[in-house]
Amino acid sequence: MTFNRRQALVMSMGAAAAAVLPLRLSAAIEDNIAAFTGGAEIGEGGITLTAPEIAENGNTVPVSVSAPGATAIMILAAGNPTPAVGIFHFGPLAGAQSASTRIRLAGTQDVIAIAQMPDGSFVQASQEVKVTIGGCGG
Amino acid sequence: MADNVTPRIRVPREAAAGEVIEIKTLISHQMESGQRRDGDGNIIPRSIINRFVCEFNGETVIDVTLEPAISTNPYFEFTATVPESGTFTFTWYDDDGSVYTDTKEITVS
Amino acid sequence: MRKVLQRTVAAMALGSIASIAMAQDDGADLVINGEIEITVRAPAPAHMSDTGIDTILSGWVFRSDETRQLEMDDFDNPAFLAVDRGIEAWNTVEGTEGKSCATCHGDVEESMAGVRAVYPRWNEEAGEVRTLAGQINDCRTNQMGADAYAYDKSDMTAMEALISVQSRGMPVNVAIEGPVAETWAQGQELYYTRFGQLELSCANCHEQNYGNYIRADHLSQGQINGFPTYRLKNAGLVQTHNRFRGCIRDTRAETFAVGSPEFVALELYVASRGNGLSVEGPSVRP
Repeated sequence: MTFNRRQALVMSMGAAAAAVLPLRLSAAIEDNIAAFTGGAEIGEGGITLTAPEIAENGNTVPVSVSAPGATAIMILAAGNPTPAVGIFHFGPLAGAQSASTRIRLAGTQDVIAIAQMPDGSFVQASQEVKVTIGGCGG
Repeated sequence: MADNVTPRIRVPREAAAGEVIEIKTLISHQMESGQRRDGDGNIIPRSIINRFVCEFNGETVIDVTLEPAISTNPYFEFTATVPESGTFTFTWYDDDGSVYTDTKEITVS
Repeated sequence: MRKVLQRTVAAMALGSIASIAMAQDDGADLVINGEIEITVRAPAPAHMSDTGIDTILSGWVFRSDETRQLEMDDFDNPAFLAVDRGIEAWNTVEGTEGKSCATCHGDVEESMAGVRAVYPRWNEEAGEVRTLAGQINDCRTNQMGADAYAYDKSDMTAMEALISVQSRGMPVNVAIEGPVAETWAQGQELYYTRFGQLELSCANCHEQNYGNYIRADHLSQGQINGFPTYRLKNAGLVQTHNRFRGCIRDTRAETFAVGSPEFVALELYVASRGNGLSVEGPSVRP
């Protein structure tokens, strides 16, 4: 297999982007988290994140979050170009501090849920979702 | 995106006072992420529903901030406590300024 | 030599994954809304006696738990946004004759029950095999004086979905003999014709390798009892001919057009391979 100059150039740019990208992404995630938590420490426990281990298509991945007593729960997709997915704010008439939705995942990655508790503390849970990239279009 | 936007909502018609009920909502919307390009290579501008609110008799049940990572035809499932008979109001806010609203009545016996 | 090489490449593409144990049918049953029992596995119809398949399986069987669940409650199934649009269209007067679907057919739940199960079928007056989409467009152009729907676009799939819902749970039962026999035989021949640079026929994947993985795709039997289907990939309804076109394109071939005589014949043949499964559309697939 041989590459011409242009192909080689494009590939090296791709490699450079791949090397830089994770740093940029984690910064974006940190920004999202900081905006939600105000920089407070994040504990564990008291929050459940339910997502499929393997998603047959990344376009529509069902996820559920639950954190009894929470005032809000934020969902992040760590591997998406923009990691923010959504924030559920629970009002006084919420029957439980839980909700389900369907999200887009750009590839195999960690989904993170962070709950804000009424005392101002934060807890998080995360789960890896493998996204299969099928070859059969249609 | 204001055309062809129709909500589907499932709320029980009746409940006991103080009962916790399940609510499901689905609305048809492209949720254009702003990440895609058209056939000419131009970015297709972001156009999403960015907020969804459910209230019961004026009090908040859930208030959701949506980002472009929410799938096409946004779906939500959540619960509400029903203290008395009344009206659920569901509101979706579109990037383009459109607001889609629907209501469901529930009777507490 | 070149041809031999291509065959080998195609065989490798399938063969390398054929060694993975065939994912077994786990025996799960599909009941929609807790009341509509869907037959997702059935004895193969007699005409399939030479295929090596003795049990026909709905595509639902091959899906993950999460995808399956999306079809088990009409509220969770996003295709019902389209069904709602279909109901609206059913009652909307269009065209020069001042008619809606309801003008002639009345209540969709009564008049369309069982219809999806027998299509494609012979139309005596026109002397041709007609798909459901073809019949919808015939109604629009000849009865209503309205424009035909684009064959595989959202107005058509919404109407197909609405009509399909009225037959859910009923067994697919398309006729293969009599006046349709010639078209059916043409469809059968297409099913076994290798297309494209990969030289793959429908049968290579969906008869000889269902249950195996082709890269990350879990191959089904290619049944169409669940069409139109809400594909998570498209976030919308996909028409049968659209799926055919995608499959043939994936073999790196020039494909037939949606609504073409070739695809009408193929639809009749593929539908007949599902005789005995339930009408399931609009289903949900990845």
